Amino acid sequence: MTDTEARSPRTLSVPDLSLVVLVGTTGSGKSSFAAKHFLPTQVVSSDACRGLVSDDPNDQTATGDAFDVLHYIAGKRLAAGRVTVVDATNVQPESRRQLIQLAREHDVLPVAIVLDLPPQLCAERNSRKPDRAHFPPRVLQRQQGELRRSLRHLEREGFRKVHVLRTEEEVDAAQVVYEKRFNDLRHLTGPFDVIGDIHGCRSELVTLLGRLGYAVTRDAEGRAVDAAHPDGRTAVFVGDLVDRGPDTPGVLRLVMGMVAAGHALCVPGNHENKLGRALAGRKVTVSHGLQESLDQLAAEPPEFVAEVREFIKGLVSHYLLDGGRLVVCHAGLPEKYHGRTSGRVRSHALYGDTTGETDEYGLPMRYPWAEEYRGQALVVYGHTPTPTANFLNNTICLDTGCVFGGKMTALRYPERELVEVEAEQVWYEPVRPLISDAPGAREGRPLALGDVAGKRIVETTHHGRVAVREENAAAALEVMSRFAIDPRLLAYLPPTMAPVATSQREGYLEHPDEAFAAYRADGVRQVVCEEKHMGSRAVVLVCRDAEGTAAEKRFGTATGGQIWTRTGRAFLDDLTVPGLPAEHGALTRAVLARLRAAAEDAGLFDELDSDWLLLDAELLPWSLKAEGLLRRQYAAVGAASGAALRAARTALATTAGRGVEGLDVADLAERQDHRAQDAEAFTEAYRRYCWTVEGLDSVRLAPFQLLAAEGANLAVRPHDQHLAWIDRLVDADTSPLLRPTRRLVVDTEDAESCAAGAAWWEELTARGSEGMVVKPMAALVRTEGSRLVQPGVKVRGREYLRIIYGPDYTRPAHLSRLRSRSLGHKRSLALREYALGIEALDRLAAGEPLWRVHETVFAVLALESEPVDPRL
Amino acid sequence: MFLTISTIGTDQRPATDLGFLLHKHPDKSQSFTTAHGLAHVFYPEASAERCTAALLLEVDPISLVRRGRGAKGRGSGSPDFALSQYVNDRPYAASSLLAVALSAVFKSAMKGDCKTRPELAAEPQPLVIELPAVPAKGGAELVRGLFEPLGWQVEAEPLPLDVSFPEWGDSRYVGLRLTGALRLAEALSQLYVLLPVLDDAKHYWVSPDEVDKLLARGEGWLAEHPERQLIVRRYFSRRWSLARAANDRLELARLAEADDREPEELDNAVPEETATAEGEPEEPRPAPLAVRRRAAIVERLREANAKRVLDLGCGEAALVAELLKDRSFTEIVGVEVSARALAIAARRLRLERMNERQAARVKLMQGALTYTDARLTGYDAAVLSEVIEHLDEERLPALEYAVFGAARPGTVVVTTPNVEYNVRWETLPAGQVRHADHRFEWDRAQFRAWAERTAGTYGYTVALGPVGDEDPEVGPPTQLAAFTRIDDTTATTTPKGESR
Repeated sequence: MTDTEARSPRTLSVPDLSLVVLVGTTGSGKSSFAAKHFLPTQVVSSDACRGLVSDDPNDQTATGDAFDVLHYIAGKRLAAGRVTVVDATNVQPESRRQLIQLAREHDVLPVAIVLDLPPQLCAERNSRKPDRAHFPPRVLQRQQGELRRSLRHLEREGFRKVHVLRTEEEVDAAQVVYEKRFNDLRHLTGPFDVIGDIHGCRSELVTLLGRLGYAVTRDAEGRAVDAAHPDGRTAVFVGDLVDRGPDTPGVLRLVMGMVAAGHALCVPGNHENKLGRALAGRKVTVSHGLQESLDQLAAEPPEFVAEVREFIKGLVSHYLLDGGRLVVCHAGLPEKYHGRTSGRVRSHALYGDTTGETDEYGLPMRYPWAEEYRGQALVVYGHTPTPTANFLNNTICLDTGCVFGGKMTALRYPERELVEVEAEQVWYEPVRPLISDAPGAREGRPLALGDVAGKRIVETTHHGRVAVREENAAAALEVMSRFAIDPRLLAYLPPTMAPVATSQREGYLEHPDEAFAAYRADGVRQVVCEEKHMGSRAVVLVCRDAEGTAAEKRFGTATGGQIWTRTGRAFLDDLTVPGLPAEHGALTRAVLARLRAAAEDAGLFDELDSDWLLLDAELLPWSLKAEGLLRRQYAAVGAASGAALRAARTALATTAGRGVEGLDVADLAERQDHRAQDAEAFTEAYRRYCWTVEGLDSVRLAPFQLLAAEGANLAVRPHDQHLAWIDRLVDADTSPLLRPTRRLVVDTEDAESCAAGAAWWEELTARGSEGMVVKPMAALVRTEGSRLVQPGVKVRGREYLRIIYGPDYTRPAHLSRLRSRSLGHKRSLALREYALGIEALDRLAAGEPLWRVHETVFAVLALESEPVDPRL
Repeated sequence: MFLTISTIGTDQRPATDLGFLLHKHPDKSQSFTTAHGLAHVFYPEASAERCTAALLLEVDPISLVRRGRGAKGRGSGSPDFALSQYVNDRPYAASSLLAVALSAVFKSAMKGDCKTRPELAAEPQPLVIELPAVPAKGGAELVRGLFEPLGWQVEAEPLPLDVSFPEWGDSRYVGLRLTGALRLAEALSQLYVLLPVLDDAKHYWVSPDEVDKLLARGEGWLAEHPERQLIVRRYFSRRWSLARAANDRLELARLAEADDREPEELDNAVPEETATAEGEPEEPRPAPLAVRRRAAIVERLREANAKRVLDLGCGEAALVAELLKDRSFTEIVGVEVSARALAIAARRLRLERMNERQAARVKLMQGALTYTDARLTGYDAAVLSEVIEHLDEERLPALEYAVFGAARPGTVVVTTPNVEYNVRWETLPAGQVRHADHRFEWDRAQFRAWAERTAGTYGYTVALGPVGDEDPEVGPPTQLAAFTRIDDTTATTTPKGESR
């Protein structure tokens, strides 16, 4: 190295995800170097760690603990994908070995930067530092010796890059430059056409490219050598181009041409890997169709074979595309390996994960990694032949076994459309039959406990991060796992709704005026008042065909539909009514049949282009589900109060009749009369919501909102649209099942309109209705300050509230105390649950993985166990 | 809340002497402030022939709810649902609140103090006591069982729940009329103790020290009472449910309420008896079948040479305790979804007091078998003892996958009831399952079919066997299946079909 070279800027290239190990004796200037070239947070220093555990950065007895801390911090940073610099002497092979091990554990590249400066300089620097001045000279000498002996071995130890700086000038002139990893093509945004395993099926490939819209270029001999898409789309091959099939050279010629021309990307499959080794003259077992490739390539000119060898050698194990939203590799890749670089990552990308067990055909059992996959990036891969390509947890396997007589499949991205070509013939007999063992397909896309348990944060579009506390998740887990329906169907749970602000009006606890005022204050002008049906909340999934074959594709299980309660229990499955067979689910099926017929006649399936509909509804009578509660609590209070007050009033009347002077029980008697009236009113109140179910015709369903259909979250549509759909549904019902929802639109800025709304409510509740719900017509609304507005508030009737606040709540002495109720928590809960519900429907509409939908539904259930005043 | 006490007079002494005994003048109406509201005493009748004293307690329902909240040390911001129902029979039914009012208003009478008529207080009097609405868990029959041995003639009429809905049947209240000749002090003490016993409410508002006082009132009659055990047990359970309602399971209770259900319907993983025992010395008599089941399971685990074992759905950890006794099991993990069962299990095992070496062998955690669980992989064996029948059949594939497909232990031991045997349980009505939460019970053929299908799907072999005495006609009470994973080495040698 000449002097000129030393003075010119020295570029130290460092992969943008790597573990940078500084190597140098004490006094070589590592800390200054680190401070100059890296962020303070990127640097983990052994001295600092000594200080953390012992209060003294130079306490050598703390070295063991200090390095434990150093490795722990560095490990956390690497796991999070952050460049990390280790500032320690690292002159001993053992200390470097541990760091290389750490880098491998996190699948990042280790890089060494060595500061090999003259010993005198280091000694002089040490002597200038008061805390190091006492270092005996032999320490530095020993370190110098160790460094000398290490220098030649660094690359062999496993460092991918080694930069050595020998002079002060060199150190001063050095510049650290980050280089991108080969697998990082995040800047390419496509659109892409990802193509599954080919295995020498050149003819099907050409057909598939044609179907995808690519124009194929042929050479003088008519061989396909390139293909380009007029819209500039890029093809991405998932590997296994070769072996087994009829024309491996033809496939390679076309793909290599496309890659060279920039029209395609290609990742290697295990078959390319083995072929590459064979072509490089390595000893391999010729099996699984390699012989066909070798024979076919033998007929090609040697230059072509050499090109193939270079092409395979240059393939990168996997690619990150489109800002990291798309990952393509051959055999699937867990999220923690995305963008990582190590032998293990390459092996995973090429061969996939196996359990170590073998199946009955002697083939390795594949580890169901896709089931556990929870990443945001779509992983597209091949390798495992399955009859059809299916999405599972944001992954999709495109190997549909073309060479075995199946299909060749491509995925259009970002459209997420599949394009297929049937095999022209069975080109190669499979070792095992092509059965659907796509992981999880049979078992119903299992969910992992980690998706729901413990303290969690769920990200929502409309209300930010919603936290679920551990104890609430624990309660929800009990209910969800023991009592709820299949989570594949349970796409939604209804959110709780806050009551209107407390009214100060005499004799009332709730009144519509406060609802109108609150929405007016939030800038909501048009609200719809909907009659509140006093039954039990029910969410209904109704599928277009009763056998459910159409819905199977969407929900992963054949179903004609289901009806569930607020906590996800099957509503009617265990109930029997006269006139229906006394078998599990008979009532559910009968109710769904009536609803299905109405939806069909109303044309809703066609209009919404969906094989299923999800509805929010109220199921009546209340006594159908709540009979136990009614008997235990409501009727019991009626019975006890009736008997007790009757006896007391009789005794008081007799006492008054004694005519003893000074024996005045008039006040007491009057109070008991009042209590008796209240108790009677209470009994009347609950009786209104009970009737004897004498058969299917006594059951009523009052739908008030369409929540979702295929590909659409309908809950965010305005309520007038919902009511129009619901009206059509109810009109189309030829059975007595469906009950209409009365409503009135109110302009909150118009006093007359508000008064009409209040009068309507008075009239409704005077006739025994539970009350009404006031909702912004536009459904999902924000204030000017961008705060989410309550999606609805309930205004419950004066009589109905007796069954909430007790028979005599209307007496002034009671009412005045009851008015001091705190609504804050309930309102907050209502908004959080609403946002989670909308999020669930959004995710369902976007075809997101089951666990993503389930996470939000589970969170709603968990929040329902928060401590909120149950009377609100 | 209302009660009358009547007596009849004789030539020697007028009925109005009742006023002396009660320390309340028959020609006055008096009011007293008590812990739960205003109590009034008045006399609808007061003649020499016949005298009736009435006690009317006007309970303030709102302060009742709000106090129920505050007294337990919870802030007013976190209402405890269990004590927070405004719709409540407490203001009307003769429960512990009336008992407390009795002891406050008729304190001296209950003690038997009567300075003016000491001879009256010491002697039995002809008494008629009427209570229009007594909550009686156990019905009119238990009311008679409690009062008749004490010398009362009992008339107990059940009250209908709602005349508009005759199909709902009777309520748990009876109109009660007691007739007999007893000392008044004794009669009042008996009411004081027995009204809350009859009520047996889960939730009430008597402070613990008042509960303690109750037993003192039983002096002289409780010791000989044929229903003494029931009376005492109901006291203890009441105390415990107070603590439980306050601390244990509010989250779950709220979910039950959201669905118009009783908390007990959801929180039913622990049988009521064991829940109330709460690690008290009173060890429940082990059903011999449960013991034999555990023995059979341990035997299979030993045969499989399992060291690290999962007990999936461990309940109160009876099997975990059994496994702990055998040092060859080096790691025992109890997994259970019910938080309450887990808490009881931890208490039973005395986990907190266990030495470190023992404690290192055992772990309890919440988990649900319809979800895959990364924590459960890599074990030698898993036990599913009396678990699968608590899951809806539609959800079984999820459990099968989570256990056999994802956790994949070397051995899986499953036990479940044999429904054929149910006809041999004399106490079990025909067609009824053995536990209210059993979603299904299988006969031997159904269990075999399930076991073989599951084994085939997930690469296991299975051997079935009986637990308990095998009946020649209907088989054993419990059936067991032991699954063994087919590993690489055996994969090619195991003949298909036969052993599966």
